[in-house]
Amino acid sequence: MNDIDIYKVLQEELNNIAPEIDMSGIDPAADLREAMDIDSMDLLNFITALHRRLGIDIPEIDYPKLVTLDGAITYLRAKLGSIKV
Amino acid sequence: MPSLGADMEAGTLVEWLVKPGDWVKRGDVVAVVETQKGAIEIETFQAGQIEEILVNLHSKVPVGTALARIRQGGEGRAGPTAVVSAPAAPTLPPAVPPGVAPALRPLVGGPAMGVRASPAARRLAQERGIDLTTVTGSGPVGAITYADVERFWSTAASRETKRPSWLDLNAMRTAIAAAMARSKREIPHYYLEHQVDVTICEQWLVQTNATLPPDSRLLFAALSIKSVALAVRRFPAFNGFYRDNKFEPASAVNVGVAIAIRGGGLAAPALHDADRLSLAELMGRMRDLVQRTRTGRIRSSEISDPTITVSSLGERGVETLYGIIYPPQVAIVGFGKVVARPWVVDGAIGPRSVIDITLSGDHRVTDGHVGALFLAEIGKLLQEPSKL
Repeated sequence: MNDIDIYKVLQEELNNIAPEIDMSGIDPAADLREAMDIDSMDLLNFITALHRRLGIDIPEIDYPKLVTLDGAITYLRAKLGSIKV
Repeated sequence: MPSLGADMEAGTLVEWLVKPGDWVKRGDVVAVVETQKGAIEIETFQAGQIEEILVNLHSKVPVGTALARIRQGGEGRAGPTAVVSAPAAPTLPPAVPPGVAPALRPLVGGPAMGVRASPAARRLAQERGIDLTTVTGSGPVGAITYADVERFWSTAASRETKRPSWLDLNAMRTAIAAAMARSKREIPHYYLEHQVDVTICEQWLVQTNATLPPDSRLLFAALSIKSVALAVRRFPAFNGFYRDNKFEPASAVNVGVAIAIRGGGLAAPALHDADRLSLAELMGRMRDLVQRTRTGRIRSSEISDPTITVSSLGERGVETLYGIIYPPQVAIVGFGKVVARPWVVDGAIGPRSVIDITLSGDHRVTDGHVGALFLAEIGKLLQEPSKL
């Protein structure tokens, strides 16, 4: 899975939570909670969806690494890479 | 046709979820009714077998009209018959909080009635607000399966239908305005505020969640709702309804959970028997309730019977919330965001996680003295999260 695939997954799952938001307008460095008005329940649903879809464990302590698009791509790339090995 | 509000005179039956011969148990959703306030899922208060549907689709009938006949008792035996909903009507409070689920339009319109789809597919479509008439079925006789709905959901073609367009935020705003204006007109509020050190809750949540997969993890809101639910058992004067110039305590603790809806809506449907649920159960129910509320599927009992409301600002926002009581309830408890503060513990100052908890109470029912004891009890319960 390359960065574009990961971005697509993130985009789809975030749009499930906030269907009205055009993801192309979201700054990749912005805090998604602010940029998309995501609350703690939304964030938990987002993490649950990524866990189910990608089969990776995302401990709660790592949540802060996932709150920007850039951060989430970096985090997921590392996680998915380590599964392959 | 149950009464879902003092001003409701009639409702239109827009969807039957059961047919003659089906077995139902108490609490099953059997039909969807459209009222002035939107589409509401109707639950049966009788268990048994559906004998006859008495009201056809798209008929508008007055409150109190029998919707269906249910045969009670064992299989094949001619037992006494009961009628869906009509017996339930008197148990509903006459003044249903009009702000709750006020503007939910039916998900399934006329054409969808004839669509063949599995129950699981229907449920998924309802959850996600998908019009089944736009989905192609791959099952027997063209029936739509769960997989068909999932596939549809993942395609770009469904993008437009993902928008919860049946949530009419303007109508919802009108209903909130009516409820809140009535509250401020009729209820003499008093307000109390209590700062509580919840460091132990945060530590406990971190430890507990570290061992759980994401779908089982707990949020602080589960602790706050449970603590309020347990506290009202000791302080029943905050749990119930003010009607006909007197307070009627409620026997169950049904906590209304204030849920913000994207785009500027608000509903506070009930989490039933919150005092008797484990934290894991409560969290699961809350996730389900939030999901259904945000996609426009609240059940009739969830609208009509919250006995006290909890409103949480969550991790963003500000520190303090002063709630407005939802009539005919008599109290609302507000939780601000948790903040790090210098705090004195055992004579020394240290950083602690602190939350502001507020109570808005109805002065016709309680006074500040007992309100303060109630808030203090919530704070005490939060010091032992593992016992919640």
